[in-house]
Amino acid sequence: MNRDFSLLIGLLAALFGAVLLWAFLGAVLADPGARLADLALELLPRAGMANPATAVLLNYRAFDTLLELVLLFAAILGIWAVGVAHPGFVPAGAALRAMVAWAVPLLVLAAGYMLWVGFDAPGGAFQAGALLGAVGVLLRLAGDPTGGLPGPRAQRWLVGSGVASFVLVGLGLLLAGRGFLNFPAGAAKWLILLIEVAATLAIATTLAAAYIGGRRDPPA
Amino acid sequence: MLPQALYGAAGILLFVIGLWSLLVHAAILRKLIAINIMGSGVFHVFIAIAYRGPAQAPDPVPHALVLTGIVAAVSATALALALAARLEQSAEQDPVHHG
Repeated sequence: MNRDFSLLIGLLAALFGAVLLWAFLGAVLADPGARLADLALELLPRAGMANPATAVLLNYRAFDTLLELVLLFAAILGIWAVGVAHPGFVPAGAALRAMVAWAVPLLVLAAGYMLWVGFDAPGGAFQAGALLGAVGVLLRLAGDPTGGLPGPRAQRWLVGSGVASFVLVGLGLLLAGRGFLNFPAGAAKWLILLIEVAATLAIATTLAAAYIGGRRDPPA
Repeated sequence: MLPQALYGAAGILLFVIGLWSLLVHAAILRKLIAINIMGSGVFHVFIAIAYRGPAQAPDPVPHALVLTGIVAAVSATALALALAARLEQSAEQDPVHHG
C-alpha cells in the first residue's frame, strides 16, 4: 500500500483512539453509579456457588453462555466442513516426548481441579476446557496425529455435548414448571456441575480439533 | 485509579494498533493477527472497567464476558485460519480465477 495512505490511516486511527480514551477515562473517573456487580454479589447465596464469575456465566447469564457454546460448535463444524487435516507435524525429539509424558497427566489433573474449584474460586468450565484442549495440542506436537482425540464419531458427540446438556437441562427445567435455564436455588449447583462437565469436554474437544484444523477422515 | 486508567489506556492502544494493521496490510494472516490484537485490547478495557477500587470486589459481569470471549476468539480465529488455508489451496489449483 502507498506510504502516505498508510500514514493517513495511522493518523485517523490515532484520532479514533483518542476519542475512545476520552470516553473511557470519562466513564472511569466519573461516579460509576449503580452497577450490575452489586446485584450479582447480593444474589450469590441463591446462585448455588461462591464464585461470582461462575454465577454470572452459568446462572444469571446462562442463555448467553449457551449461545457462546453454540458459537464454538458452529466454528468447529465450519472447520470440519472446509477441509481435511494436514498431517503437518514431524516426529518429536526424546526431550519433548519425555516432557509431554510428564505434563499431560498433570494438565488433566489441573483441568479437573480447575472445573471443581470454579464454584468457589477463579476457575470453571472455560479454563478447564482450555487446559484440556492444551493437552490435545501438546500431544499433537509430540507426534500423535490424533492429538489424543477419539475417533470421528465420538468427537462429534463430544463437540455437541456442551450445547446438548445445556438445552436438555433447560428443557427439563421448563417441564418442571420453571423458566428455561431458571435454576432452583437448591439444585442449582448440581445442575450447573452437569452442564459444566459437558461444556468442559466440548470446549476441550473443539479447541484440540480446531488445532488439528480439519476432518481426519477423507470425505466419504 | 491510575493503574486502572493505564491498563485501560494500554487496551485502547492495542486496539488502535490492531485496527491500523488490519486496514493497512493486505495479507490475510496479518489481518487475522491484527483482529486478535484488537480483541486483546477490548479484553484489557473490560478488565479495567471491572475494577471498582480496593474496597470492593471487582465486577464479575465483565470478567465473565472476557472469559467466554477468549475461548470464542480462539475458535473463531481457528475457523478463519481454516478458511484462509482453503483459499490458498484453491488459489494454487486454479491460479487464473483466484490469483
